[in-house]
Amino acid sequence: MLKDILKILENDARARPKQISDMTGMPQTEVTRLIKQAWQDGVILKYKAIVNWDKAENEHVFALIEVKLEPQKDVGFDSIAERIYRFPQARSVYLVSGTYDLFVLVLGKNNHEIANFVSQKLSHIDGVKATNTQFILKRYKEDGEIIEGLEEVKRQPVVL
Amino acid sequence: MSVQTRVQQHRKHHISRRANRLSPSGIRKFFDLLSGMEGVISLGVGEPDFATPWHIREAAIESIEKGQTMYTSNSGTPELRKEVARQLRADYGVDYDPVSEILITVGVSEALDLTMRAILDPGNEVILPDPSFVAYPSSVILAEGVPVSIPTYENKNFEINAGDIESRITRKTRAILLGYPSNPTGAVMSRPKLAEIADLAYDKNLTVLSDEIYARLTYGVEHTCFASLPHMKEHTILLGGFSKAYAMTGWRIGYAAAPAEIIAAMTKIHQYTMMCASSMGQVAALEALKGDQDCVREMVEDYNRRRLVIVKGLCDIGLSCFEPKGAFYAFPSIRRTGMNSEDFAEKLLAEEKVAVVPGSAFGACGEGYVRCCYATSLADIEEALRRMKRFVGKHRGG
Repeated sequence: MLKDILKILENDARARPKQISDMTGMPQTEVTRLIKQAWQDGVILKYKAIVNWDKAENEHVFALIEVKLEPQKDVGFDSIAERIYRFPQARSVYLVSGTYDLFVLVLGKNNHEIANFVSQKLSHIDGVKATNTQFILKRYKEDGEIIEGLEEVKRQPVVL
Repeated sequence: MSVQTRVQQHRKHHISRRANRLSPSGIRKFFDLLSGMEGVISLGVGEPDFATPWHIREAAIESIEKGQTMYTSNSGTPELRKEVARQLRADYGVDYDPVSEILITVGVSEALDLTMRAILDPGNEVILPDPSFVAYPSSVILAEGVPVSIPTYENKNFEINAGDIESRITRKTRAILLGYPSNPTGAVMSRPKLAEIADLAYDKNLTVLSDEIYARLTYGVEHTCFASLPHMKEHTILLGGFSKAYAMTGWRIGYAAAPAEIIAAMTKIHQYTMMCASSMGQVAALEALKGDQDCVREMVEDYNRRRLVIVKGLCDIGLSCFEPKGAFYAFPSIRRTGMNSEDFAEKLLAEEKVAVVPGSAFGACGEGYVRCCYATSLADIEEALRRMKRFVGKHRGG
């Protein structure tokens, strides 16, 4: 089943069709076909690595920006969101319930760059009523993966 | 000098005949060898490689913070017994009274020991499959009983046969011990085969001790709870636990469900030897049963992927492998290498640093096989298979 394949790939994007075939008992040709189909259907968007930038000595800052929108005539939230998510700085953009309407995760080189993005780009967009920027101080877990501090538990010799 | 004095000089301390009669576990030997080595991939330990799901750990932490650190009722907390009863009813339709028919123990291991001590008089016989879990015969011997092994074979799916059991029944036979899904073979008994044993137990008025610790770990087949078979609740001592399904081996919580008279006898022994199972462990077990069961499903799905990889991998390198439908063990035949299972395991560890357990540790019928536990990461399984391929290639045909 496609779902079984997707679960394996979501956990390890490098799993090869041969491995997936071994893991699921599905013929390799069928695995390859389903992956290709999922790719064409946009079910699989991309194969990426989860990077711990702190260890890569790369200057970077993440910020969570809450954005309040003002409905515009003839323009829905979707198109305002699009104007925001088109910026490469916006890593993730969500429409949310609550006080604010959009939740934008932004990656920049430094605080200054993020401040510029908010004051020069975001706040100028028609329909953006207010923003609330929170700089991220530490990332603990990213996309289901604990970033650091996870100690490996060692098994002790035991009879069973 | 008398013989006795010489023995006393040789051995500083007196060790009981009971302890001396027990043979050291064949698995232990391998782990002693292994603990000093670097870079070993272990397919040896029969234990989930997952940590206990977080919501379960968190519940136990909270109970410690709240100071719930006292003894519990000897039989286990009322909440946990009630929840175990609820789960047995929901999963198998068997009704147990949480007050008089369920006992919470320190793992299934304690439940096994209590059972033997509660039901065996010296010389009573317990019929059990060969190969099977290393502790089975020892628990019988410790209670001064006599284990009677019944050979089971790969071409018969390692199932134990009612006809074979019947031919071993004597006046001293007290119980039949079943452990399915099986450690070490991964075999699952089919319902019709179990029903034949149930008929036999009913006719001969025997107790069936059913260790169902691996009940939740089956792949594409359904586990049959022995107590759920017609008339069998009265004849069954059902042992279960949390270690394997919820990755809770270190918590040491198990249970026995059985007729009230037997539970009362077991509880008496339990209260003098253990008092009760650990309070935080019981809190964790309660959360395991009450919480979301997705964690079990996800772990089973993961084991299943590894199972398919290891069984195919072993077959591909020429170690023909019985398809295990339960637990997390593969039990490949190593006969084509010409080695016995102990030599195979020792050489494989020395030459390729892969630890497996010789089948002979599980009984005479385990000879010619090794047990590979696949509750370890896929990457390790794949590397272990590469190393085993090299090893088998080198030793083909002995």
